[in-house]
Amino acid sequence: MNDLSHDQRVAGLKGLGSSRKRVEDARFTQGKGNYVDDIKMPDMLFGDFVRSQYAHARIRSVDTSKAVALPGVIAVLQAADLAPLGLHWMPTLAGDKQMVLADGKVLFQGQEIAFVIAEDRYICADAIELIEVEYEELPVVVDPFKALQPGAPVLREDLAGQTKGAHGERIHHNHIFRWEVGDKEGTEAVVAGADVVAEEMVYYHRTHPCPLETCGCVASMDKINGKLTLWGTFQAPHVVRTVASLLSGIPESSIRVVSPDIGGGFGNKVGVYPGYVCAIVASIVTGRPVKWIEDRMDNLMATAFARDYWMQGKIAATAEGKITGLWCHVTADHGAFDACADPTKFPAGFFSICTGSYDIPVAYVGVDGVYTNKAPGGVAYRCSFRVTEAAYFIERMIEVLAIKLGMDSAELRRINFIRKEQFPYQSALGWEYDSGDYHTAWDKALNAVGYDALRAEQAQRVADFKAGKTRSLMGIGLSFFTEIVGAGPVKNCDILGMGMFDSCEIRIHPTGSALARLGTISQGQGHATTFAQILATETGIPADQITIEEGDTDTAPYGLGTYGSRSTPVAGAATAMAGRKIRAKAQMIAAYLLEVHDNDLEWDVDRFVVKGVPERFKTMKEIAYAAYNQAIPGLEPGLEAVSYYDPPNMTYPFGAYICVMDIDADTGVADIRSFYALDDCGTRINPMIIEGQVHGGATEAFAIAMGQEIAYDEMGNCMTGTLMDFFLPTAWETPHYTTDFTETPSPHHPIGAKGVGESPNVGGVPAFSNAVHDAFRPFGLTQSHMPHDHWRIWRIANQLGLHG
Amino acid sequence: MSKMHLKLKVNGKSVETLCEPRELLIHVLRERLNLTGPHIGCETSHCGACTVDMNGMSVKSCTVFAAQVQGAEITTIEGLAGPDGMGVLQTSFREHHGLQCGYCTPGMITRAHRLLQENPNPTEEEVRFGMAGNLCRCTGYQNIVKAILHAASELNASKEAAQ
Repeated sequence: MNDLSHDQRVAGLKGLGSSRKRVEDARFTQGKGNYVDDIKMPDMLFGDFVRSQYAHARIRSVDTSKAVALPGVIAVLQAADLAPLGLHWMPTLAGDKQMVLADGKVLFQGQEIAFVIAEDRYICADAIELIEVEYEELPVVVDPFKALQPGAPVLREDLAGQTKGAHGERIHHNHIFRWEVGDKEGTEAVVAGADVVAEEMVYYHRTHPCPLETCGCVASMDKINGKLTLWGTFQAPHVVRTVASLLSGIPESSIRVVSPDIGGGFGNKVGVYPGYVCAIVASIVTGRPVKWIEDRMDNLMATAFARDYWMQGKIAATAEGKITGLWCHVTADHGAFDACADPTKFPAGFFSICTGSYDIPVAYVGVDGVYTNKAPGGVAYRCSFRVTEAAYFIERMIEVLAIKLGMDSAELRRINFIRKEQFPYQSALGWEYDSGDYHTAWDKALNAVGYDALRAEQAQRVADFKAGKTRSLMGIGLSFFTEIVGAGPVKNCDILGMGMFDSCEIRIHPTGSALARLGTISQGQGHATTFAQILATETGIPADQITIEEGDTDTAPYGLGTYGSRSTPVAGAATAMAGRKIRAKAQMIAAYLLEVHDNDLEWDVDRFVVKGVPERFKTMKEIAYAAYNQAIPGLEPGLEAVSYYDPPNMTYPFGAYICVMDIDADTGVADIRSFYALDDCGTRINPMIIEGQVHGGATEAFAIAMGQEIAYDEMGNCMTGTLMDFFLPTAWETPHYTTDFTETPSPHHPIGAKGVGESPNVGGVPAFSNAVHDAFRPFGLTQSHMPHDHWRIWRIANQLGLHG
Repeated sequence: MSKMHLKLKVNGKSVETLCEPRELLIHVLRERLNLTGPHIGCETSHCGACTVDMNGMSVKSCTVFAAQVQGAEITTIEGLAGPDGMGVLQTSFREHHGLQCGYCTPGMITRAHRLLQENPNPTEEEVRFGMAGNLCRCTGYQNIVKAILHAASELNASKEAAQ
């Protein structure tokens, strides 16, 4: 290795910037992954739920006698069985409480009523069929605006008379919170006196993260040593351990939570669900391991949904198009329980990033959270706490303003972007954007797609359409987004009081390979590959000789888990910092070995070299061996480090996405001709993985914008409980993506990385939706709600009189 | 429910097990034969995570009853591995970043294997159509398609070399 050139040594590390192939893939491609449903233990039982058929009903009786008599059924748990343990209700991550099993009434279709424990899943399913529930139907409210009317049915009887909730005053019995940010009076004054004001209601419909693997767990209480082990689909295993301890009274030292391989999360696996609680209780009661695995219908109907924001906006501007103010009020439908996964101080997440990428002098946001007879949730579906809603809102409002001004919306964006020299930029709603160069990214994107030529083609198409020469319209969807990811800092961000730092522990072995453990957990992002790359660059140990472990609370340092694109900004920073601690000690060891002062050494890829004497050096491999085997005066043996990283600020990735589509006015079929995605996620750790994240996130955005939704009828029946009704695109309709980048490092992150996983969902949804709107703009359309499935697009054309 | 004596050929080996006729093939494979490569994603034939090869055809094993597979020849992802574990498709998926969380991957590769038997030289469009029964939530398919097209050319090249 010592004969290799500098560049060869750098390449050999497979460190930062390398498109290193993934170490996870050998096991996954051979069918040797280890997901929760693969876990099999001796004597393991299976548990599953009796679920409510009604969206709002009182439970008159539950007759379990026939089920209990079925051979192989061990027990049936109901709320009354959990009440003595105080476990019939549980806290949500949003400071509300949620029924574990129906306590007198049910509040949404699919709600958990009873938990059947049986020898296997077939007996369990048979027993569920034998349980008779007698309901008394109650009036159903699925519309959040109707829920707030004076005579609306009372949904949460447990909160009767409570005028204060976890986030302040409640103004109605179905009201959860009001959250306000910014200068209300100042904004309203600007709007009242503006040259131009565009006003619109923008609805971001209810949808669901729908990872391909549903949620589930295996709970095993060892009665001999009093230790509870819980394997499950947890995006935040340490948080689950703490919550399990608080709920059960079992000390955290006697609880081990393990996230094995996770088959996608996208926010769905952040929360704590009744299935976890019931499996734990069932294992404690029976003394046997108990598995609970959702089926797809359970997953879509009962575990956390996303979005469902009604966003009323007013955007004010000068006649020339300079934005002077932004006002927004959101009616947020949270369903039956407030089970968002937002940091405590942010009941509407980071929605106040809704001024987007624009220099807007004054702004106001008010959010009212509302209970309805729908499933609880409000998780961030591949986004950082309501950032997708915010990005969709501002990117629609820009388009609506452009229509009002009669301007090209690309130019409207350009004249309002925050300028490069304004960073760090203080937004009107209180965020400090770390870095950005929006104009460069925008120009690069517009040039790449040939924007002017596209507009000319579109104008010709409109002329041809009006002349009866074609029935096809063309839409150009523009989107420029700024994300806010990487929560903490701890002073601002906690979940249930747990500060949102993250962590990394490193052990360098005597022969120069390493083990690093983190508080995060991969669900497909490739942490075992990329975190090793960060460490390789920091420590000079080749990534191929660094093992990354996550997800076992008995071994991993405490961390807040993986969601909100926080792994790279927070745990990635912890990894770099821990690596630097290793290097600091290594420098002292090298100085001793080389008999020079510490300051006489400089770091060179994988070694410390005596300054000015390149032939005198010690490699990290040599240093590691010496650390363990040579008594060095004043230094403890060993080479280990720990870092708990509390980020000073969040990071602000951004990007420019442009979608071009052709729409058949008679069928409503939209054909995505091209999708260009430019992402700036700061320093790029693994370009191959970044590109993969963009493809995947953009496909989720495509699904959401073009057809995916959780829909209810007026009775509160969930209409989209299977993959027949809930749109997941196949390879056939998924578009082809072109990816691109600029690189503006974060000034406060140790390696300048910002996080990328969620950007394509955040930026992609407005790009697709704006393309649909843009196609119909010449015919008078200003706003039409998503999802833009064929029927809804056909209806736009029909309502605009395009069907003759 | 009384059990049936099920005899199958799985991944080239004769196996026998007792199971209820109503049991789904995916459960027979995963729970009784400990082949946990194929996964369960929807139980309604939509997602394809449970795809296995049955008598030379791709099937979704979540909607096949045990009673329908008496005497069948089944190949799962575990049966597609080369001597070192990685076959041409497996390697191509890795090289082209055709997987992320890995949950759809066994079904995806098992289907791709059969697709390349049915059509050894597919176009991109034919791959996209032929793989439309297998859903992936992570990759957006672009790299999966790339991986399959690359695997096809590799397999064809080695076939030509053998002739």
